[in-house]
Amino acid sequence: MKLMNLMAGAAMALGLAAPAVAQEPVKAGFIYVGPIGDGGWTYEHNQSRLAVEEHFGDKVETVYQESVPEGADAERAITQMALNGADIIFTTSFGYMDATMNVAKKFPNVKFEHATGYKRAENVGTYSARFYEGRAVQGLIAGRMTKSNIVGYIASFPIPEVIRGINSAYIHAKKENPDVQFKIIWAYTWFDPAKEADAATALIEQGADVILQHTDSTAPHAVAEKAGGVITFGQASDMAEYKPMPRVSSIIDNWAPYYIERIQAVMDGTWKSDDTWDGIGEGMVKIGEITDAVPADVKADALALKEAIASGEYHPFTGPLNRQDGSAWLAEGETAEDETLLGMNFFVEGIEAEMPQ
Amino acid sequence: MDLSAIDPQILVASLMVASTPILLAALGELVVERSGVLNLGVEGMMITGAICGFAIAVETGSPALGFLAAMAGSALLSLVFGVLTQIFLSNQVATGLALTLFGLGLSALLGQGYVGIKPPPTTDLNFGPLRDIPVLGPILFQHDAVVYLSLILVAGVWAVLKFTRAGLVLRAVGENHDAAHALGYKVVRIRLLAIMFGGALAGLGGAYLSLVRVPQWTEGMTAGAGWIALAIVVFASWKAPRILLGAYLFGGVTVLQLNLQAAGVAIPVEYLSMSPYLITILVLVIISSDRSRVALNAPASLGRTFHASS
Repeated sequence: MKLMNLMAGAAMALGLAAPAVAQEPVKAGFIYVGPIGDGGWTYEHNQSRLAVEEHFGDKVETVYQESVPEGADAERAITQMALNGADIIFTTSFGYMDATMNVAKKFPNVKFEHATGYKRAENVGTYSARFYEGRAVQGLIAGRMTKSNIVGYIASFPIPEVIRGINSAYIHAKKENPDVQFKIIWAYTWFDPAKEADAATALIEQGADVILQHTDSTAPHAVAEKAGGVITFGQASDMAEYKPMPRVSSIIDNWAPYYIERIQAVMDGTWKSDDTWDGIGEGMVKIGEITDAVPADVKADALALKEAIASGEYHPFTGPLNRQDGSAWLAEGETAEDETLLGMNFFVEGIEAEMPQ
Repeated sequence: MDLSAIDPQILVASLMVASTPILLAALGELVVERSGVLNLGVEGMMITGAICGFAIAVETGSPALGFLAAMAGSALLSLVFGVLTQIFLSNQVATGLALTLFGLGLSALLGQGYVGIKPPPTTDLNFGPLRDIPVLGPILFQHDAVVYLSLILVAGVWAVLKFTRAGLVLRAVGENHDAAHALGYKVVRIRLLAIMFGGALAGLGGAYLSLVRVPQWTEGMTAGAGWIALAIVVFASWKAPRILLGAYLFGGVTVLQLNLQAAGVAIPVEYLSMSPYLITILVLVIISSDRSRVALNAPASLGRTFHASS
């Protein structure tokens, strides 16, 4: 035992002396809500983690934990990561918000980055992507492509991020097709292929011929393919294996540039808590290839809409828009403020489904 | 709200598909528990079956071979549990939990090359003109072979346990392994066979998930179905027909609540989401509410370790 102590001491001394020679690698931790093989949200975060490793080489060491449940267990997982010497920890799901804040209080020297949340502290920053910009493009395609005028939407949890997506898709589908109707199923999960498949089946059985999803697996695509004549969109990742039908386009989350920038900031000692919310223009949201299953004119309009959003010339939430209960929200030409969008808890006028309370 | 959008025929047909994985896994676990062994590794065996079946179906292009491989793979995995608990006398609860964790990890490893691949389609059995009978056609005659197999298995397990000598021996081992041993029955061998049967059915259920119901492979795709199956065995008070009821009820309410949501019914979604669990438990508790009889139903040696010397 004494010998061990001695050796440990020696190693410590060497370690302390080491920085002069070679810099200790920055350790970046990632907490994932699903498995890295989900083919969607977590897959894309993990791709970006790999991009970080490639970019920095041996200057960075990354660790991750997958399938961490949102809630109390997340706190344990994040704490463990902080105890193991992570310098910066990315917690990549909305439900980790309070857990991240709690752990951050205990580890003031560790930097935390929470995805899609709104609580920040000295050492907690937040980041998210303007997925709703991509949803606008999907809505346009959905409105033009549907023959039954019924669009099915597999939603996860009734939180602002998801509600924004539904509203944005609806507004742009409605613009193209005044008869369009949205059927919404709340799955109350981010990742459960069987449940997502059942939800897609239920929507298709009720006449939907377009399925939009805000859950992370590719199961709805598999169901749509089996049903035939139904189109879907890749969520969070390209889900290219279902091209050209049923998957006709996708929203791809591109986190790599952000992760590289933030880890670089930790290395330089310039990291500061902030709030990042980037969209198509900045490249954080990408629109996956629109396949040939989409008629050329629809594709051209979709791409034009994407360009208009990217250049900032058009905002997906531009008035006149009313809330679901008919009260006025945005006047003619007025665009939504980020603050309203971040806390969005209402549907826009025309959506018939009720918001879960 | 537009209830007319829900077609009862299609609803029943899809509830049968949605229930089949849980039904198969629960039926297998029933036999295992009736032999006096508590195997908590159903989830692990299901997911292992899901990937074994998926991989073999993709490699050979034959879903039938896939289902067979799933049964073989999960039976093999359950044999690990069997050897540990029956021969090395390890704790059944701990070993079962370990089996679940092991199965989840193993399946993730095996499945690495299979993410995003499409399996060969499993075709429905062809009943010819029977398919087109109104109402009954879509419900009874437009399914794939596994759905029918699962129903035959329910009847088979029920009949074997109730009427045959083999069933009697199995139950005797589960009720009192010392007495069964004294009568000259090979307790360990019988239990190992029961465990493998349970493993095979869990694997078949898992493969049904990855080959028919979803159909694709994703890590962790069973998402707790194995645990539901375990619960159904207990609430069905170890009776095969009630397993069918419990599984179909659970699958049925799951499918129904999604349809109700899509139809825009004004019941808060949270209640709809919890309803499958709630209703299944309630109904099964009510039918097994006679306490004295329930106590008789639980195999008396359930979870107890057997050693011939004791």
